[in-house]
Amino acid sequence: MSEKMEVQLAVVGGGPAGLAAALTASRLGIGVLLIDENKELGGQLIKQTHKFFGSHRHMASVRGIEIANRLKNDIKGDPNITVFIDTTAVGYYENGELLLYQKSPEEKLVSCFPKAVIFATGARENMLAFPGTDLPGVYGAGAVQTLMNVYGVLPARKILMVGSGNIGLIVSYQLLQAGTEVAAIVEILPRIGGYIVHASKVRRYGVPILTRHTIIEARGKEWVEEAVIARVGEDFKPVKGTERVLEVDAVCLAVGLSPIVELVRHAGVYTPYISELGGLVPWHDDDMRTNLPNVFVAGDLAGIEEATTAMLEGELAALSAAEYFEIKSDEIDGMRRDRKARLEELRASRFSEKVKKGLQKLVAKKPK
Amino acid sequence: MERLKDHPILDFERGEKVIFYFEGKPIEGYTNETIAAALHAAGIKVFSYSPKKKRPRGFFCAVGKCSSCLMVVDGRPNVRTCMEYVRPGIHVRRQRGLEKLKGTEE
Ligand SMILES: Cc1cc2nc3c(=O)[nH]c(=O)nc-3n(C[C@H](O)[C@H](O)[C@H](O)COP(=O)(O)OP(=O)(O)OC[C@H]3O[C@@H](n4cnc5c(N)ncnc54)[C@H](O)[C@@H]3O)c2cc1C
Ligand code: FES
Repeated sequence: MSEKMEVQLAVVGGGPAGLAAALTASRLGIGVLLIDENKELGGQLIKQTHKFFGSHRHMASVRGIEIANRLKNDIKGDPNITVFIDTTAVGYYENGELLLYQKSPEEKLVSCFPKAVIFATGARENMLAFPGTDLPGVYGAGAVQTLMNVYGVLPARKILMVGSGNIGLIVSYQLLQAGTEVAAIVEILPRIGGYIVHASKVRRYGVPILTRHTIIEARGKEWVEEAVIARVGEDFKPVKGTERVLEVDAVCLAVGLSPIVELVRHAGVYTPYISELGGLVPWHDDDMRTNLPNVFVAGDLAGIEEATTAMLEGELAALSAAEYFEIKSDEIDGMRRDRKARLEELRASRFSEKVKKGLQKLVAKKPK
Repeated sequence: MERLKDHPILDFERGEKVIFYFEGKPIEGYTNETIAAALHAAGIKVFSYSPKKKRPRGFFCAVGKCSSCLMVVDGRPNVRTCMEYVRPGIHVRRQRGLEKLKGTEE
């Protein structure tokens, strides 16, 4: 049925967290199997054409796609890392079996029993419920980005953006660059969620950012032809009489992300609900260890944050895996201190308040 | 919807131009595109009809995480067309509800 394979450390997910984890583990002499579902490594980074947010000393003002290319080049030349792309990890069982479904070059199942696993499966986009929510033309912001930035296909002629966090703002700007009209950005909160630099960019195109507004319906026969928006009151409910109909052929939802926890739950990792981190998250300490001694997590899976923090977490997870394999050195201790200090530095800004609060809650939920 | 020609930042490596079939009609696509992207470029938005209320469905996440894009490809139902690449000559059609898995017919 399935092919068997010997693996020391499996890294599931080839986004910034997984790539950083694989590289660090390999440098410490650990044999790595890196698995990603896509045909290309890089995760979310391959869609990020914008220069990265300020606040950090390393990758700020480098485009996401360039960061991905650097990491991918390092991986390519690494003799300790075996890469499986176009391969989905479909199960991680209590007996330690990690089951892989490989689509190419030949369709087959591969079974392995890695001695340790780092999960870096990232996040999925949140849905929002309103009448017409299931019509073709209601897309996640990531889908819109994938379509235009990976495949070069125009997502729509005129779009309504829901959500004014950084993702909503950046994707709106990218849509404008690609030639899609943005009818409006609606934001249910009283203020814009993302950075002012990104908001100013879309405002310069004349796109209205309507705070205290939400979508109440998407209409159309076979796909989206209109979107109805309305102002909301203090109770966040739509105010009667403020409805407006926008003629659009798509609605883009940028209303947050949730960690992809199915696989870690399979194996028995404890996943408490912490809204500040995006919902159900694998319990982990600040060395990215979970409640299972040989399972580690990193990146958006461990709490929705950024690529910069994802990479540091990936490195920390690899250092913890090394500890599990009883690899010790002063260098490792030094790296651990350094990465933690850098994480703290990145999380010092006002925009990280929420994440910090979530991480505190996580500490309190430590399983017995 | 059209394919982008000039992008201020990106160059697209689309791969080879090939023909595949949607509901029996020939469609142009590229080998580095997913089926979902190629259909969208051809103006096709409805990928399936829901099992109970037969409502039209298209893709939502485009990264393999929501199952909104399931279609029948070469007779095989439940194919995530946002993850499956275009190949020359494949036959793609709209899925109607829960279709029988290959090999489970009487
Ligand atoms: C529009 C937008 C703009 C952003 N801008 C910035 C920015 O300016 N600065 C910044 O620091 N961050 C930014 N981010 C955030 C950043 O992209 C993410 O935080 C980061 O990519 C998370 O990395 P990750 O490795 O945890 O997950 P991902 O990048 O999501 O990678 C996860 C990978 O795991 C794979 N995978 C999942 N499940 C499986 C499985 N079962 N089997 C095999 N593979 C699997 C996925 O295919 C994917 O490739 C932005 C995000 C968006 C959407
Ligand atoms: S669109 Fe979500 S799985 Fe394909």
